[in-house]
Order: sequence, then structure tokens, then C-alpha cells
Amino acid sequence: MLVKLEPGEIRDTRWYEYATRFLFGGLITAAAGLIAQRFGPAIGGLFLAFPAIFPASASLIEKHEKEKKARFGFDGTNRGRVAAGVDAAGAAMGTLGLMAFAIVSWKLLPKLPTWLTLFIATLAWAGTAATAWMICRRRWRYRHGGVSTHKRRDSTLEHISRE
Amino acid sequence: MVEIILRFFVGGAVVCVFAVFADALKPTSFAGLLGAAPSVALATLSLTVWKKGSGYAAAEAESMILGAAAFFIYATVVSKILRSARWSALSVAAASLVLWLACAFVLRYAVLG
Repeated sequence: MLVKLEPGEIRDTRWYEYATRFLFGGLITAAAGLIAQRFGPAIGGLFLAFPAIFPASASLIEKHEKEKKARFGFDGTNRGRVAAGVDAAGAAMGTLGLMAFAIVSWKLLPKLPTWLTLFIATLAWAGTAATAWMICRRRWRYRHGGVSTHKRRDSTLEHISRE
Repeated sequence: MVEIILRFFVGGAVVCVFAVFADALKPTSFAGLLGAAPSVALATLSLTVWKKGSGYAAAEAESMILGAAAFFIYATVVSKILRSARWSALSVAAASLVLWLACAFVLRYAVLG
């Protein structure tokens, strides 16, 4: 399926779930600064790619999928876990974009204005991550039934990835 | 102290912006890309350039490449475990942070010395 933006889904997320991610994101950003001050940029820089908010996000996805199933009277435990696993697979592809972001920042920060460098780096992240996702998706669809999507297989993974 | 507080609020705000997009995007696998969004890096690098200059920030970005490689290993392992084992997402993701730490430091010392 095509990528879709569904603003209505934001309503499923409660304010304290965003507050949790704000807290973790803020803490790791502050900690990265303190670590760099204490141990230098070579160690501090590692923590710019620390998966601080990932456990909270994966847990939220698992919880939301479970709740969706529960509304219809089903146990969504397995579905929630698999959905979190699919999200993690997406994050793995996103890290390829994160590497592109870091390479662009490393090379261009000393040469270009900061705002321009970070803008180009963010585009590099988005482009690389999206490309990796499309390649993986094509390979997955080829292995599980060809390019055509007319044949639907009743597997949890396929169903979740098509939502 | 002011700098640390500023980092906290800027970092938290940027993370929230990406979180909103992640919640609204479908399918789930595509939304997962934002789990590895450079939210912390955007906040940190811009503040670091302001305080310590672009050379220092570039040195942090160089190390970030290795941190991102460790994140790739971490996310791949977490994905495989969640799809096959019966543990909760939070316990797997949190426990696997040790894996990220180990990979990041091994890579850092192997590559940069």
C-alpha cells in the first residue's frame, strides 16, 4: 500500500505518552551534552544515535495494537508484539538514513552554515531511509507472492504492514 | 546549567514533533523509520555549534556514524526477537540497550582507535 498520513491516529495517543517521549528525548539530549563535556566529542557523538525513545515507542505501538483488537473482543497480545517488531524493522532501515545524516553533517558542518548543513543532512536521512524501506518492501512482496498485491495472504505480518 | 536545561527542552520538543508524525504515518513499517529519526542529533548538533563551534560538532557527527551502525544492529535484533519470542516490546527493547552500548563502544574503539 501507499504511505498515508492519518492525522486521526494522533487521537489514539494520550498526552502522557507524548510527555514520556518528551522526557526521554530531553534527558538523552541533555545527557549527550554532559557526556561530550566529560569524555569528549568522540564518545559524546555516539549518543546522538542512542535509541532512547525507541523502547517507549515500541511499547506504545504494542499497547495500541492490543487495544484495537480488544475493542472487538480479541486478545491482541501477539499482534501487538509483531507490530512492535515490524516497527523495529522500520527503525533498522531508518538507521541507514541516520548514518547518511551523520556522514553529511561530519563533512559539511565545517564548510557550510549550520542550518543549511542540518537541512541537507535531514533530507539525506529521509531519502536514504525511504529508499531502504522501498527496497526492503519490494523484496518482501516478491518473496511472499510477487509484485502484484491481488493475492492476499492471511498472515499477521502482511496484515499489519498493509494497515 | 542553562545550557543543559536548554538542551533538555529543545531535545524533548524535537523528539515530540517526530513522534507526532510517526503516530500519524501508515503503514507501521514506514512509521518505524521515524524511530531512527535524527531528533536528538538535530537538537544537539545545533546547540553544540552555537557553544563549541562547527569543528567540535563535526567530530561528534563522525562518532554518530558508529552509533547509528550500533543502532542498526540493535533494531534488527529487537525486530527478530519480537517477531519470534513471547516477551513484551518494552522488556526486549530496554534490555537490548546493553547490546547497543556494547556495539557502539566496540565499533568506536575498532574504527577510531
